[in-house]
Amino acid sequence: MAFINLKEKLIQAKIVYYGPGKCGKTTNLEYIHNKCREQINSKMVTIKTQGDRTLFFDFFPFDIGKIEGYDVKIQLYTVPGQVKYNSTRRLVLKGVDGIVFVADSAEDRRNANVISLKNLQENLALYKKNIFEIPLVMQYNKRDLAKEGVPILDIKTLEKDLNEDLKVPSFEASAVEGDNVVNTLIKAISATMASLEKELK
Amino acid sequence: MHLALDGEQLDKIYDSLKSTLIEIGVETALLLDTAGNVITSVNDGADRHDVYSLAALAAANFSAMRSMAKIAGEEEFSLLFHKGQKENIYLSSVSDDFLLFVIFNNDMTLGLLRLKVAKVIGDLLGILVPDSSQ
Repeated sequence: MAFINLKEKLIQAKIVYYGPGKCGKTTNLEYIHNKCREQINSKMVTIKTQGDRTLFFDFFPFDIGKIEGYDVKIQLYTVPGQVKYNSTRRLVLKGVDGIVFVADSAEDRRNANVISLKNLQENLALYKKNIFEIPLVMQYNKRDLAKEGVPILDIKTLEKDLNEDLKVPSFEASAVEGDNVVNTLIKAISATMASLEKELK
Repeated sequence: MHLALDGEQLDKIYDSLKSTLIEIGVETALLLDTAGNVITSVNDGADRHDVYSLAALAAANFSAMRSMAKIAGEEEFSLLFHKGQKENIYLSSVSDDFLLFVIFNNDMTLGLLRLKVAKVIGDLLGILVPDSSQ
């Protein structure tokens, strides 16, 4: 649920990075936070476990400038990916306007990707949101693993597993190296803003 | 479904927070929605807090507490109070969709704050949910 301040002409919208545990959601946000400092006036908020895993969420607001005369502030969040943290994952999804689904390209994470996407669909349904309607961008992360000799899933397989029905924009990425991290976000923001504009008309 | 508030509503919210809370010594008063968006933020002139981060954390904190309440067999715990050495936090439900977050120091008594917060919540409901007063 985006908030529109008609007095100050300000829009706040929420984009959530979703995906299985250790797929690189936090790494995406860390890269953006480091790379786009001019548009981010806040420190990144993180709620982690002792083992440095996301316990609740990572967060920072991102000013993307003016759209149709409105200043737009995008609130970027991650969810905890581990299966056991589903209740907190649901809380973070409250009021979500757009989603980046970060899939892990490692071959042994194939099933975890599918389970996480299914979990996203179920959790969205709790808020009466449809995964086929909400602005969604798919990111196939960790493509760099191939260079280290780690077996990775080919794009055709990932598309078939995760995007055959959804048919949303997708990116091959490496959050560690920054490849396509910003492009993924730009696409998610444009899809979210297009959807918002459509609903406002 | 999105939330849009016009200038008149936002001015009324600002005036209520300012006159009822800031004027009695509250440092920061923040109206937020349960998704973590900042609706209105008022401070005592010293802009010392990152309100966007506070709103995200406050919404998460309250949602987690609401979930715990349900597990404990309660519908919800309608307020949260955290006492620090110098600064204190008071977080209260306004309605299903809105929360009021207040930071205050030890010069203020919790009893007075609770009275004032109750008044502000009444004002806010009248502005945000006009039918609530009937």
